[in-house]
Amino acid sequence: MDFFGRPKTSSAAEKDASKSSDAKHNERLVPWVEKYRPKKIDDVTAQEEVVQVLRKSLETKNLPHLLFYGPPGTGKTSTILALTRDMYGPEAAKTRVLELNASDERGISVVREKVKNFARSVVSRADPRYPSPPYKIVILDEADSMTVDAQAALRRIMEKYSKITRFCLVCNYVSRIIEPLASRCSKFRFKSLPREQAVARVQHVASLESVNCKEGAAEALVDCAEGDLRRAMMSLQSASRMVQNGGALDEAMVVELVGVIPSSVIEGLRTCWVGADSARIQEAVDELIYCGYPATRVLSQLHDLAMEDQQLNSLQKAKIAMSMALTDKALCDGADEKLQLLDMMMQASQIAQKV
Amino acid sequence: MALWVEKHRPLSLDKLTFHQGLTDHLKQLAGSGDLPHLLVYGPTGAGKRTRIAAVLREIYGPGAEKLKVSQRVFETPSRRKLEINLISSSYHIEVNPSDAGIYDRVIIQDLIKEIAQTQQVATSSARKFKVVVIHEADALTRDAQHALRRTMEKYMGNMRVILCSTSTGKIISPVQSRCLLVRVAAPTPEEVVDVMGLVAKKEGISLPPAYARKLADGSKRNLHRALLMLEAAYVQQYPFAESQDVVLPEWELYIKEIAMAALSEQTPAKLMAVRKQLYEVLTHCIPPTTVLRTIAMHLIDLVPESLKSEIAHQAALYEQRLQAGQKAIVHLEAFIAKFMSVFKRHRMEVD
Repeated sequence: MDFFGRPKTSSAAEKDASKSSDAKHNERLVPWVEKYRPKKIDDVTAQEEVVQVLRKSLETKNLPHLLFYGPPGTGKTSTILALTRDMYGPEAAKTRVLELNASDERGISVVREKVKNFARSVVSRADPRYPSPPYKIVILDEADSMTVDAQAALRRIMEKYSKITRFCLVCNYVSRIIEPLASRCSKFRFKSLPREQAVARVQHVASLESVNCKEGAAEALVDCAEGDLRRAMMSLQSASRMVQNGGALDEAMVVELVGVIPSSVIEGLRTCWVGADSARIQEAVDELIYCGYPATRVLSQLHDLAMEDQQLNSLQKAKIAMSMALTDKALCDGADEKLQLLDMMMQASQIAQKV
Repeated sequence: MALWVEKHRPLSLDKLTFHQGLTDHLKQLAGSGDLPHLLVYGPTGAGKRTRIAAVLREIYGPGAEKLKVSQRVFETPSRRKLEINLISSSYHIEVNPSDAGIYDRVIIQDLIKEIAQTQQVATSSARKFKVVVIHEADALTRDAQHALRRTMEKYMGNMRVILCSTSTGKIISPVQSRCLLVRVAAPTPEEVVDVMGLVAKKEGISLPPAYARKLADGSKRNLHRALLMLEAAYVQQYPFAESQDVVLPEWELYIKEIAMAALSEQTPAKLMAVRKQLYEVLTHCIPPTTVLRTIAMHLIDLVPESLKSEIAHQAALYEQRLQAGQKAIVHLEAFIAKFMSVFKRHRMEVD
């Protein structure tokens, strides 16, 4: 997806900058994620089907209720914001679009009052330079964190005012949207970005912001972000602050920055399994906790390593994976990291012993 | 008279002793005039708060140290009033939203938005942004963390958030991806010895290296605790003798007694006796997780090799249930009972 096609024309960034006497300083404070959001629907490239449908709707001026879902950082919010901008122009978009997200109060009372009032208000004057179809858009960002009651309250509102208001729900998990709402919308799944495109974007922004990237740094950023372009961008921006004095960003710095645990540590854990020495395992787990490495991260990296281990047979791998899965669940429930890791390590060690 | 821990807390980045690489990074960040959102994590007593305070001082100068404590009242949607303590200077504000329990989302939304939407008045001030420090961020509810997501992006122009937590496991990934992760590892025993040496020198007392080492080992690489122990030992007996015992907190000794009791005899009568002891510990506000973990660690050390993994497994299982459940005593007792049964069976097999 092209988040970054039109650098430095961001009206938001400019507005921020003009407010302050120290324009340049302020511009730097704008997160690059915001600065390089696509400004037009054509700038969005990776999600072809969605873009095609939306472009069509711009031509015909007809738009169904929308439901965007998919993993974080794939451009759901960016797409709908770009669409409203294309549809109404930056000025009219202010009065015709209501954007609500999880940081706003969004209980049932808000749906009943704020959303309803907006939905039934008269459509404001259109900007003749844009398509400006005769309806408003309500964007409910992070809709999966809305309560079921609030979602239920939306049902009738969506139908009743559908002539003058269209809704766009944006969420990560479509299963958390109640069925009656989902069936009123046309659903679009946003897929994770292909690696090459994501790498290309990161490099593009890096060059625009004159961050010196060494070979492999952009790839490392994308890999660590696991398909989440926003995360890659944030990491890039954080990293750029550390290399201001003419230095270059390299792979090792990226790995340290995003909190990946050094592979030597993980390798050390794995070697503990062989030998079934509980004292050594205890020591290794203690060291891990003292160093403050997050247990969930340890688990996922250790899992990757164990699954590629040549010395274990398939049955052993399956058993270890099962033990890891249980540990992960326990950690999600908020169990103590030290006890859980110790348990998992001891079990894995026993499994690794049995041939 | 202030405790040594507070009295000798380093106030600026230059005075920090260990993790030199991290200190340099922080200095570079603070010096560049632009700070990303930070997520500082690491075990207790590693110096997270000290580092945050030092970074704030580096950014704003000594003004960041003039703290005042104020109380503010927040109103929940159900019209309940919450009183929260805020620690603030003219540049930053520190909150501990876990005081508010499940209503922490209200605090995040109200307070942070309010701060974020007001700009720094004095144009002469060096920095355009204020800092919100959130302690114990891992205790924030999911709702509150979701509320942080957009706020952190939207108001980045005039506000930075510094989250402080012991682990990143309980921070949702969208929030993590908006922060620069700063890991503060626990100091090594050698580093603890060094710091204790420095403090001893400032206080004008002599600290034999062997005893310092003993204290450092007893502190479990928790600097805060090491310094408290040093002061306690100083009050107890000075000059220090090599053979002098390390003063362990009373509750820890008591928990060790519980473990020894469970190990000595496996009968229902003993279980009842242990139960009383467990209640005793809990009424002294020791977190149940800590109790279970400490008992389990003692037991694992003391049982024969073949039993260790079984005990670790049971401890992990009961601790998880303890998190999900309501009444801690039930799970603690269940763990002890389970241990007794496992251990007794093992002994019978050996006989």
